[in-house]
Amino acid sequence: MTTDLWRPSATIKALRHRAALLTEIRQFFAQRQVLETEVPVLSRRATSDPHIESIPVQCGGDNAYLATSPEFGLKRLLAAGLGDCYYLGKAFRQGEAGSRHNPEFTMLEWYRCGWDDRRLMKEVADLLSGILKIQQVQSLSYRELFQRELQLDPHSASDNELLRCVEEEMDLAFSPADRSECLDLLMSHRLEPAMGEGITLLYDFPADQAALAKVIPDNSGTPVARRFEAYVGGLELANGYWELTDSAEQLRRFKADHTYRQKHDLNLYPYEERLVEALRMGMPECAGVALGIDRLLMLAGGYKTIEEVIAFPIERA
Amino acid sequence: MANYSTNEFKGGLKVMLDGDPCSIVENEFVKPGKGQAFNRVKLRNLKTGRVWERTFRSGESLEGADVVDREMEYLYNDGEFFHFMEPETFEQHQASTDAVGDAAKWLKEQDVYTVTLYNGSPLAVTPPNHVILEISDTDPGVRGDTAQGGTKPATLVTGAVVKVPLFLEIGETIKVDTRTGEYLGRAKED
Repeated sequence: MTTDLWRPSATIKALRHRAALLTEIRQFFAQRQVLETEVPVLSRRATSDPHIESIPVQCGGDNAYLATSPEFGLKRLLAAGLGDCYYLGKAFRQGEAGSRHNPEFTMLEWYRCGWDDRRLMKEVADLLSGILKIQQVQSLSYRELFQRELQLDPHSASDNELLRCVEEEMDLAFSPADRSECLDLLMSHRLEPAMGEGITLLYDFPADQAALAKVIPDNSGTPVARRFEAYVGGLELANGYWELTDSAEQLRRFKADHTYRQKHDLNLYPYEERLVEALRMGMPECAGVALGIDRLLMLAGGYKTIEEVIAFPIERA
Repeated sequence: MANYSTNEFKGGLKVMLDGDPCSIVENEFVKPGKGQAFNRVKLRNLKTGRVWERTFRSGESLEGADVVDREMEYLYNDGEFFHFMEPETFEQHQASTDAVGDAAKWLKEQDVYTVTLYNGSPLAVTPPNHVILEISDTDPGVRGDTAQGGTKPATLVTGAVVKVPLFLEIGETIKVDTRTGEYLGRAKED
């Protein structure tokens, strides 16, 4: 077995399929006048996201980090006036390895100026249905999915109700620390598998899962994150926002992430002050989304594991 | 014993869960892009054989279980215990009826089986996937209709009952798959 580790884990056919997929994506954006651009993969700043770990590296005696997404760089380019743009390249996340994860992966991220999340969701569905030849698209809110599958309102249910629901649905080796951990557990164990075969667009997330999305009251008056996720057959493919453009709020969220990391004994890094500065100078109103290309290729080619679509996953890299 | 973290959980790793030794069957890393990371782990309880799924926070760990598999020769049953011997050291182990479980019907003296030891004592006995055994009882053979594909029950010398083709007779030896109890063919005695 070990003597075979020089070989790619993906077949030549899968690698040709990857090349064709990248070409198709570039054509999709060329036709829509969205500009391809590059941003640093080697960055002086780490992500602040409490559930994503950057991989630290040394660069000329300074601390640097492999980018977990191109988001900060692209937003600084938007503030500088680049307009609609996309990045198609590598991103890195510490400790993420499994049948659907590799620490090094290929990400597509694009931004549309003047658009909101609802409009960008339609473009995500266009891209996915074109590549995957899937016509069936369901669009529903985070609340609707929880109500449909668990008869539970994720925004208004009490902590005890959430905890009881988790305990009924699964056996845990730990007790969930808070609401958002309960919701994550129900989402990954119960709701993703129940989504069905087609494209699912899930929108209006709980406000505390906003990350870098605007928080705005929905029709019922509940403040929700204008964030969406795209799934195909229960596999999470994309995460998008109606982007936060308020620099003071951005700074507040960076500080809140820092506090969360401190409280949970996670690594602490200086926040990306250049993004706050770019927002202060004025980033256009826009919507943006990141999409996992390796998983898209898994779906397009009917591959069961990520190592079938990556030539050299981490064990062979 | 050492502790193993969720990222070291691999199929076959033996760990302690709720005080019982378990073997990891499957370990799936799940993480919503913006959410927390978990490991959904399927484990087989080595005492009961039951498969169970439990979710861990990524990075949590379990204590390893002192469980090893040894190839041993089956010696005899004294009415209460089944006795096995390690062929290299001649060290003998006695396994309870519970530990032997369903494997009892495949046990033939002098043949070699996998005995799982937990803290040094037999916990489970696994027969080879294929065994060759003699038929001790079955209805008389029916000649001339081998194409019909009918079957009849046959009792083997170890006590197992398997379905065999109609033409087989008492005293013939056959090859059987112990996982399914399926007849695989006639075996030639050397």
